[in-house]
Amino acid sequence: MLAKREDERKLRGEDIPPSEITDPGIYLNRRAFMTGVAALALAPWAGMAQAQGNLQPLQATKNPAYQLPDALTSYKNITTYNNFYEFGTDKGDPAAHASSLKTRPWTVQVDGLCAKPKTFDIEELLKFPLEERVYRLRCVEAWSMIIPWIGFPLSALLKRVEPTGQAKYVEFTTLVNPEMFPGQKRGIFGFTLDWPYTEGLRLDEAMHPLTLMTVGLYGQVLPNQNGAPLRVVVPWKYGFKSGKSIVRIRLTQDEPKTSWNRAAPNEYGFYSNVNPEVSHPRWSQANERRIGELRRRETLMFNGYGDQVASLYAGMDLKRYY
Amino acid sequence: MSPRVRIALKAAVWVAALWPLGVLVRGYFADDLTANPIDYITRTLGLTALVLILASLGMTPLRIVFGWSWPIQFRRLLGLLAFFYVVVHFSVWIGLDHFFDWPRMWQDVRKRPFITVGMLALLLLLPLAATSTTGMIKRMGGANWRLLHKLAYVIGILGVLHFLWLSKKGRTTAYYYAITLAVLLGVRLWDWLRKRWRASVETARRPTAAREA
Repeated sequence: MLAKREDERKLRGEDIPPSEITDPGIYLNRRAFMTGVAALALAPWAGMAQAQGNLQPLQATKNPAYQLPDALTSYKNITTYNNFYEFGTDKGDPAAHASSLKTRPWTVQVDGLCAKPKTFDIEELLKFPLEERVYRLRCVEAWSMIIPWIGFPLSALLKRVEPTGQAKYVEFTTLVNPEMFPGQKRGIFGFTLDWPYTEGLRLDEAMHPLTLMTVGLYGQVLPNQNGAPLRVVVPWKYGFKSGKSIVRIRLTQDEPKTSWNRAAPNEYGFYSNVNPEVSHPRWSQANERRIGELRRRETLMFNGYGDQVASLYAGMDLKRYY
Repeated sequence: MSPRVRIALKAAVWVAALWPLGVLVRGYFADDLTANPIDYITRTLGLTALVLILASLGMTPLRIVFGWSWPIQFRRLLGLLAFFYVVVHFSVWIGLDHFFDWPRMWQDVRKRPFITVGMLALLLLLPLAATSTTGMIKRMGGANWRLLHKLAYVIGILGVLHFLWLSKKGRTTAYYYAITLAVLLGVRLWDWLRKRWRASVETARRPTAAREA
C-alpha cells in the first residue's frame, strides 16, 4: 500500500527536489530559440542534429513525430562506447578497429518467403527517403543513450519484396569477414560468438513504423563502429537486437536463431523487450545509467515506447518471453 | 638484502600499486574516463585489487620454486594495498554507482552470485587488515595468526569467482586471473604433498634404521 503510494508520488514527479526542476522560463526560451532556428532553415535537413565527426554528410528530413526532450548523447560517446563483438569484446575495440571494415562495395540480399526477392546495392538503399529520428537506445547492460539516427522504415524495404502470407519472422545477418572484423578471428579460448551474428524480429515487429533501417547518425553516414553501412534500430528492445553491418534480410516461417540467445539462453531471450520488471541474471533492469549523467534513471517499460508497441504483446507473458 | 635495497623495493611496490589510482585521477581531470566513467573506475579499482591479492599470494610460491625468501617481507604491504583498493572499489559501488540506494544494493547482494562472493571477500578481508600489525601477531600468537591469515586463499578464490561470474560471454580476461590463481595455489599444494610424502618416507624408514643400528 505504502509502496504503491510512493510509486504514484513518483509518477507525479513529487519526489523530484525543486532544485532539480528546470525553471519554465529556461525551457520556454530554448523552445522559442529552436523554433526560430527551424523557421530560419531553408533546407529541410538544416534543423537536424549538427554533425560532429568528419564523415560524409547525409541529407535527411527531421521527422517531428520522433523527437525527444532529452539532451542528445555526444557524438564522441556514441562513437567510442560500443558493443560490436565483430571488432572485439571491449567497448573501445569497435572505434579502435573501425577502419578495417570496408563498406563499399556492399550489397544486401533480401529473400526468403517473399514474392520478389532482390539483392540491393547499398547506393540503391540510400535512395529511400531518409529521415532523422531521435531514439532512446537501451543496452541490456543497463546503460542508455539518446541518438539522432538517419534511416527509413524497414517496412518500406520489406514491402518492396512483397512478403508472402507464410512469412512470420525476419532474420538479419551481419557480414562475416575476419579480415575486416578482427573479433571474428579465433582467440586462445575459442570463438566469442558463433558467426555470422544473426538477429530476428517477428514480422509485425519488423513492419512496425518505429523499426528503422539505419544508415546514418548526427547528420552523417553511419560510422563503421556503429554498424555501417546499414543496420537496423529497434528502440523498444535491448540494443543487441539491432543487427549491424547487415548483408542479408530473410523472411522466414519459423523463429530465427539469434546469436546471444544461442550463446547464453538464460540471459538473452528472442524478444528482449526493454522491461524494468524482468532482471538479467546478473543485474537488475529496473534502472539504467544514461551515458553522460551521474545518477541512474528508472528504466521505462518498452524503453518508453509502450504506447506505440505494447499492443504487439497483448496477452503475452513477458516474464516467460523475455 | 641491504636496507637500502629493501627501501628501494618497497618504494617501487608503493609506486606500482598506486599507479592505477593515479591514472584514474589524471583521467578525471583530463575527462578521459571513457563514456561510462563510473563503470570504468569501478572496474579499474576492482582489477587492481585482484592483481594485488594475487601478488600477495605469489610471494610464498617464489620461495618454494626459486628458494627466494626475501619477497615474503612485501606480502603484508601488498595485502594492505589490496585491501585499500577493495574498500575504494566498494565505496564507489555504494556512493557513485548506486547512490546509497540500500534496498537495491541489498537485493543485488542476495540475488547476484557475483556480488555475493565479492561482498564475502570484502568481509573476510576485514579481520586480516585488522590483524596486520606486528603487535597483533604477538598478541594472537604466531600459530593462530597464521591460521587466520590462511583466509587469504579463500579471498583469492572469491575474488576470481567474482570476476569470472561478472564477465559476459566472450570476455576472457578473467580466465587469465583464474589460471594465475590456480598456479599459485597449485605450487603450494605440490609443496605440501611433497613434504607429506617425504615425512611418510622418513617414518617408514626410521624403524628399519633403528633395527639396523
